[in-house]
Amino acid sequence: EKMFTLKPGRLPQADVKNIIFFVRPKLELMDIITDNVLREDRGRSPQRDFHILFVPRRSLLCEQWLKEQGVLGSFIHREQYSLDLIPFDGDLLSMESESAFKECYLESDQTSLYHAAKGLMTLQALYGTIPQIFGKGECARHVANMMIRMKREFPGSQNSIFPVFDTLLLLDRNVDLLTPLATQLTYEGLIDEIYGIQNTYVKLPPEKFAPKKQGEGGKDLPTEPKKLQLNSAEELYAEIRDKNFNAVGSVLSKKAKIISAAFEERHHAKTVGEIKQFVSQLPHMQAARSSLANHTSIAELIKDITSEYSLNSLTNLNITRCETTWWTSFSLAKIASEDFFDNLTVEQEFMSGIDTDKVNNYIEDCIAQKHPLIKILRLVCLQSVCNSGLKQKVLDHYKREILQTYGYEHILTLNNLEKAGLLKPQTSGRNNYPTIRKTLRLWMDDVNEQNPNDISYVYSGYAPLSVRLAQLLARPGWRSIEEVLKMLPGPHFEERQQLPTGLQKKRQHGENRVTLVFFLGGVTYAEIAALRFLSQMEDGGTEYVIATTKLINGTSWIKSLMEKLEPAPF
Amino acid sequence: LFLRDIVDDDDDDDLERVSWSGEPVGSKCRSTLCLSLSALSDTGVKNYAPELRRPKAEYKDYSSDWSPKDTVRRMQRGKVCSLERFRSLQDKLVLLDEAVAGHDGNVITAVLIFLKRTLRREILFRELEVRQVALCHLIHFLKEAGEQKLLLDLLRFLDRTEEVALSQYREHLNIQDVEKRREFLKGCIGLPFSAEDTSHIQDHYTLLERQIIIEANDRHLETAGQSEVFRKYPRKASILNMPLVTTLFYSCFYHYTEAEGTFSSPTNLKKTFKIPDKQYVLTALAARAKLRAWDDVDALFTTKNWLGYTKKKAPIGFHRVVEILQRNNAPVQVLQEYVRLVEDVETRLNLATKYKCHDVVIETYKDLKDRIQLTAYKCKVERGSAEEEKINSILNNMQIRWKN
Repeated sequence: EKMFTLKPGRLPQADVKNIIFFVRPKLELMDIITDNVLREDRGRSPQRDFHILFVPRRSLLCEQWLKEQGVLGSFIHREQYSLDLIPFDGDLLSMESESAFKECYLESDQTSLYHAAKGLMTLQALYGTIPQIFGKGECARHVANMMIRMKREFPGSQNSIFPVFDTLLLLDRNVDLLTPLATQLTYEGLIDEIYGIQNTYVKLPPEKFAPKKQGEGGKDLPTEPKKLQLNSAEELYAEIRDKNFNAVGSVLSKKAKIISAAFEERHHAKTVGEIKQFVSQLPHMQAARSSLANHTSIAELIKDITSEYSLNSLTNLNITRCETTWWTSFSLAKIASEDFFDNLTVEQEFMSGIDTDKVNNYIEDCIAQKHPLIKILRLVCLQSVCNSGLKQKVLDHYKREILQTYGYEHILTLNNLEKAGLLKPQTSGRNNYPTIRKTLRLWMDDVNEQNPNDISYVYSGYAPLSVRLAQLLARPGWRSIEEVLKMLPGPHFEERQQLPTGLQKKRQHGENRVTLVFFLGGVTYAEIAALRFLSQMEDGGTEYVIATTKLINGTSWIKSLMEKLEPAPF
Repeated sequence: LFLRDIVDDDDDDDLERVSWSGEPVGSKCRSTLCLSLSALSDTGVKNYAPELRRPKAEYKDYSSDWSPKDTVRRMQRGKVCSLERFRSLQDKLVLLDEAVAGHDGNVITAVLIFLKRTLRREILFRELEVRQVALCHLIHFLKEAGEQKLLLDLLRFLDRTEEVALSQYREHLNIQDVEKRREFLKGCIGLPFSAEDTSHIQDHYTLLERQIIIEANDRHLETAGQSEVFRKYPRKASILNMPLVTTLFYSCFYHYTEAEGTFSSPTNLKKTFKIPDKQYVLTALAARAKLRAWDDVDALFTTKNWLGYTKKKAPIGFHRVVEILQRNNAPVQVLQEYVRLVEDVETRLNLATKYKCHDVVIETYKDLKDRIQLTAYKCKVERGSAEEEKINSILNNMQIRWKN
């Protein structure tokens, strides 16, 4: 009947017979449930029955835990709800398993890979067996093995559906550790970087979303954050989400003109028929206008934080309310935006291979000013990845500064980062990154942010390595980059799955192939944008659908690798 | 059996609102995909609508005929199986290997729990040493379940000494009592960390030891009420467990003038922990600026050369000094001194203009021989002020060879 968020303490009052706990099998959640159950008033009437539903699978560890707390018997039913892949949009699926990367790469626990394989089996049951599987990475290899084995063991799953997917590409996150560390520069990517998108929702500071009309009794500015849903069902969002942020302004400006003109039509409507037509379109126009207002506000918010970087795109915009806001907020927010710009500059220097072997002044300054630790970690890890590991002296220097400034307990996190390959000493004495960068054309100097011709627009110069691999797989194939592939971790392989005769599809001339790219360990919105760009390329030949264990950005990713420390005494 | 049509309206609602945090998922959940995903669960696993009164036989497995392979299969499908009948070591190992081959983490964990209970520790460790996947599972399980002792024994057995050290060090986070934590950290020093990490652990211990002493003394000072700085700026929190740099700031704030011999003096901290000059100067500057002790700030940057002349030097750029002073609302006269010392001319001009250090702007334009800019700057100063006069006199100076 009603859904509540799991919280410790007493369960909310509700006149129901059954209470179902719908949870991931995490021990911390078990503690909360135990608290809920123990605090339940046994004397109340009517008595309420407890059940527990694990998503996606029951966990013996959790049930053991509940048993030890003495509450296992309180549950009448303990079941599982096999939700492996959750659709986030028409071309995007995610398992939303936050700990997948840590488990696979730090703890060698492949449970999430098992779930990924199961999810893929489900997909194949719905959309047909995928005839070709390519992969790069240890985890990719495991998933492919599991898929093949599962197919063998459940022969009943052979079906007669025409395959929708031609190819499956499995990619380990650790094949491309660089991309998530860089700051995303697409509209959606920046929203995620700055505000964090959770399950397609974003919470924003409310000031810019206050209603314009003063007639609302002079209400105070809202204090609750403004919550917006972001997906492709919203026309305008679908149009701007994957664009470089610098290109968003002109789209909004054009849209404003179109919408203004559309509303002006009412003056031209003369006949009853024309008026009727206008009125029938009104809801759509109002929705479009409200959508435009929302995204103009969001764009302003982002501009406040990044304004020096995107100075050039200020000129085009013609929405009067925005202009004044932008210029005033530009000067006020100069400090924040200067830092964004400086940060971005250093990132781009590293990615283009400049000075990756020395201690970086900007990073040192940020540590000295005690910027948020995650920001520091992203930068030093980026430097390390772009240098194939840091020289021992440089690494020790950073580590010492970090521990002295943020606390010695962070040794544990630094250790995790080293294990994950993100921040480590250079072992072979050789830096492979320049070769990889040059061969795969990862750094493109002449990037066109307004009308891009290459995926490097998503980071204003850097082409995501993972997407390049997908791009090259389609054309001309991985044989052309054998040497570079060997420099990246893990095996690369190809598998073919037999299709029942009659189902072998022959693509019509001009018809696109469909490739499902599965990122094992997380994917960023910028990479998704890059793949969508490839999909809509003329003569691209391939359309992409994206699946992943989790939607991530650099901050959430590094956070998942940090040791959970107790909160500071302040 | 596989594709079940779910037509119940209630179920639709549940699916629409599915999200593991309890928040509604707004995305247009492709309902067919969603529905079918749930429909395509394995046989034997119940659907989201739990059924009542399933026959008992389906829950517990009383048969003694299931082979290890079949047992694992049944467990993968969610049936509770008793593993007690696998008595011999051989049987147990076969069961474990089957579980590992099946890839289902749940099942592997279940078998491991059973083996942990029924095997001697040495045997369990020995067998797991050659079974990497099972080993990783057990380690993960022990970490999750908080079975620290067994975990450490296992790591020691495997000679993963650094992990033992780190794992043990991690435990200090669970010790709230400061004295006990100090003792614990002391014990950590001898552990097999890497050379670099060993020095950090040592520092951590030393720091906490110092903090305890400082905290005790300062609390005493505060209550005694004799010290001015403690009266004027009462402490908001204790220094315990704070990072080193924070401790240094605290020391520069409350104990700046103390001799090197005391535990709470900044110079003592600098020496003990080998804090580099850059970091030291920055921190001291921040602390003294906050206290508006401009003379102390001055002394930080003044060095006497052998002739007895004083010179201003900084291991950090002077623009940084200006930044920090400005953030602490230093008066223009103080700010101006340091803006003057900024080496890069453009930066100097920017800062001087920004913070209205008129004299510096004027002097710089004069040095640059830029008549146009100097003239333009007149409108930034007050009518009739000393600065305006200064500008005028410079502009009228015939000696200067203006470049424009």
